[in-house]
Amino acid sequence: MSSLTEDVSHLSPTRAASLPLHVLDLMATVRAGFPSPAEDLGAKRIDLTAQLVKHPQATFLLRARGDSMKEAGIFDGDVLVVDRAIQPRTGHVVIAVVEGEFVCKTLWLRAGRIKLKAANPCYPDIVPREGQAVEVWGVVVHAIKSLQA
Amino acid sequence: MFALIDGNNFYVSCERVFRPSLEGIPVVVLSNNDGCAIARSNEAKALGIKMGQPWHEIRHFEESAGLVALSANFALYGDMSDRMMSLAAGLGPTQEIYSIDESFIGLDGVRGDLKARALAVRSRILRWVGIPCCVGIGPTKTLAKMANHIAKMAERKSGCYPIEHAQVCDLCTLARSQVEELLAATDVGELWGIGPRIGKQLRAGGIATALQLARLDPATVRSRFSVVVERTVRELQGVACIGLEDASQPRQQIACTRSFGAPVMTYEPLAEAVSEFASRAAEKLRLQSSHAADVLVFVRTSPFRQDPQYSRSIIVPLRRPCSDTAAIVAAALLGLRAIFQPGYQLAKAGVMLMGLQPASREQLELAFDKPYAGRSKARLMQTLDAVNDRWGRGAIKVGSAKIGQVPRGWSMKQQRRTPAYTTDWAQLPIARA
Repeated sequence: MSSLTEDVSHLSPTRAASLPLHVLDLMATVRAGFPSPAEDLGAKRIDLTAQLVKHPQATFLLRARGDSMKEAGIFDGDVLVVDRAIQPRTGHVVIAVVEGEFVCKTLWLRAGRIKLKAANPCYPDIVPREGQAVEVWGVVVHAIKSLQA
Repeated sequence: MFALIDGNNFYVSCERVFRPSLEGIPVVVLSNNDGCAIARSNEAKALGIKMGQPWHEIRHFEESAGLVALSANFALYGDMSDRMMSLAAGLGPTQEIYSIDESFIGLDGVRGDLKARALAVRSRILRWVGIPCCVGIGPTKTLAKMANHIAKMAERKSGCYPIEHAQVCDLCTLARSQVEELLAATDVGELWGIGPRIGKQLRAGGIATALQLARLDPATVRSRFSVVVERTVRELQGVACIGLEDASQPRQQIACTRSFGAPVMTYEPLAEAVSEFASRAAEKLRLQSSHAADVLVFVRTSPFRQDPQYSRSIIVPLRRPCSDTAAIVAAALLGLRAIFQPGYQLAKAGVMLMGLQPASREQLELAFDKPYAGRSKARLMQTLDAVNDRWGRGAIKVGSAKIGQVPRGWSMKQQRRTPAYTTDWAQLPIARA
């Protein structure tokens, strides 16, 4: 209560009378008892979004369809966290645009040539033909899989 | 000094981020109920499609030119706009978000090469969000907006402006003669604050370019036209008259209105729609912590049809200003009952909340009839908003808005809408793995 008396002590009676009447919220509860020892540590529960998303404006979620990346740990139905702010490099799992469609593959860049490799021996590499443009849309930074249907 | 940054063909650019196959082909985005074109790709502009042109007039391009038309996907555009605006804010210390795709940035105190900085922000937005932007920089908001127009046109159409102004046009670093050349090449109708009517009057008086307007005497302009045009002249002369607006100011009026997907003739579905609009408006009201004193309801037929016309509105005062959904819906329905006339093909209805005031300023009264339920109502509304925020809009509704029954006759026609890629877990874009 000491802080409350300090707050109002500087108001002279005449001044207070000219101010709008403030009604105290009597419904509020006052907690008594031993204060929590954890209060001052300022620890915050882990925020999953903050861990998975480093560039919020550049991060998009896509759903993987197919099993061509299963050796990279990406299965059908996984949700991919894609960060467009990261400069794509060889070895990154990326989302690329091939013939107007999103595909998820491992990126290989060598001497200015681009190759998209699957992580499954049943699938061939994608090597763009002469004049065919392949654009890297974003870098896959996490795959989220749900174990419950 | 100000910058204006805006997304090129914004709605179309948003769609292309998630449908790269739309790159390079003519695309338009249609307004609510798939009425007319509200965004056009450069290829669609090249076909001669005008802003606001009705869909039925351009439909033939689907066959002849491979035009793709999409229904407006505002969930997507809103999210992409947020992303773009928060990166655009990096350009300077203050920001005014002027519309979904345009933002003014105050550049006072920013040192270094502004053009290089703008180019860097522009390329970051393009890489991170996927939206191509243009930036105009000038000593006043009007000149910044004009510079933005120059940046866009220099990129799109060769020959109308020097190519070095493409993407980013900075008037502040140019010599006076260069600025005058740009002003002389700009049609007076393209200027901010000059509408089509004033533009026509100016042209009739021999003022066709921005340079001619800038050379007029402000006082004369004021007496011949208006204070608004005078302000434009001063701004063109480099005297800043319009400051950045503080977006945190609560709005003075909140509306929720919509055209129906199909005409409505009976009271039942109309009451349902009005209940929903009133609920939505009340939600917006609580979001800005305001109370409303009056509720306006209107209904009208379509002015574009040949049937008998009907248009009525009514203002229903609330007993005490509040933001309670139940009270606002009740007032809206009371008004609707008073203005509803059967036998008309109603095309549009809406609810507007007026007399807004901060929720913290409350006029209490002595309750002689029944005790005032303000506090418990406020908590009920908090709960309602929290539940709808968590479980999706409309999880809890007032009874008169009805639950389920989607699609309803009056709901919007949006046959060509792409998924809510970034705002709905169930509609994520697919990547082939």
